[in-house]
Amino acid sequence: MSLLGLRPALLVAGIIVAALAACSSVSEERVRAAVKGEKERKPAPEFALKDADGRAASLRDYRGKVVLLNFWATWCGPCKIEIPWFAEFEQKYKDRGFAVIGISLDEEGWSVVKPYITEMKVNYRMLVGNDSVSELYGGVESLPTTFVIDRQGKIASAHVGLVSKSVYENEIRHLLDSVGGRTGAGERSRRAD
Amino acid sequence: MAALALASAVAAQISSYGSVLTVTAPAKVFGKRNRTVTVDLQIGLRDGFHVNSHKPNDPYLVPLKFTWDETVAKPLELLLPEPRLERYPFSPQPVSVFTGDFKARLKFRILPGAPKGMAKLTGKLRYQACNEKMCLPPRTIEVAVPLEIAN
Repeated sequence: MSLLGLRPALLVAGIIVAALAACSSVSEERVRAAVKGEKERKPAPEFALKDADGRAASLRDYRGKVVLLNFWATWCGPCKIEIPWFAEFEQKYKDRGFAVIGISLDEEGWSVVKPYITEMKVNYRMLVGNDSVSELYGGVESLPTTFVIDRQGKIASAHVGLVSKSVYENEIRHLLDSVGGRTGAGERSRRAD
Repeated sequence: MAALALASAVAAQISSYGSVLTVTAPAKVFGKRNRTVTVDLQIGLRDGFHVNSHKPNDPYLVPLKFTWDETVAKPLELLLPEPRLERYPFSPQPVSVFTGDFKARLKFRILPGAPKGMAKLTGKLRYQACNEKMCLPPRTIEVAVPLEIAN
């Protein structure tokens, strides 16, 4: 290829690289916008509920982890589509200090929740909620309602209704990468190695 | 304090949905003892919302259901329009729903021993509404239809 022919090719390649870099930057900016700044975050209200095996569960048990707290119900269609995403996140990120907690707001309790979570192959902690817990989190009524909680036990983002899988995953990764509210460049580079 | 602040912030977002279903009953219906009386209820849903039909095609979904107090009349029949099979982003299978405005036609037989004069057909409608992105919990609302009973 002649030098004259190479120049346009390099120019195009340069434009593509610049565009990709810009997209990546915009994407990161969007995640930052969805995740509240550390100073704006409020503590996630504590609760004490029981899981399917009757074991006590509290949010305090998860301090130091990034937690996705999902309010849902068996009668909620949009909730159903999220469950496999959350199961995937649990599997993919649990070793990096991440956990999903599901809180069902089914009035009938475990009698309907147990068969449903078995059918859906739920691999994360499931609890049955009550009015008190619902009130603590703003009188949760519309489902799904999901809170992403940082390692300090503060609410970094809240979503009412179905949002895309990538929104949750980007937020989880952003918080897992954060050290004291700032992105942990060291951790990122270690993972890249 | 933080929990309260959070509660008020999220509650403000939720309360904006309010009631998404309304039932309009006739001002009055007339009937005779031991005869059939027909009642048309107009049901209206807020734009963008649907309710599961009386025959949802998923056992976990909450069906539309009337229950009636049988003090003055016994419910005989409920006629609803054919449910729509709608596809939503959250469901790979079509969902059996009602949307918009529709009519529920109910037939009752007035009890032979019902007292003459003004009475009320009272009942409850249980339903569960969703839009494309979220669902509201099952709700039960009271329905009352003034009934004038002749001999």
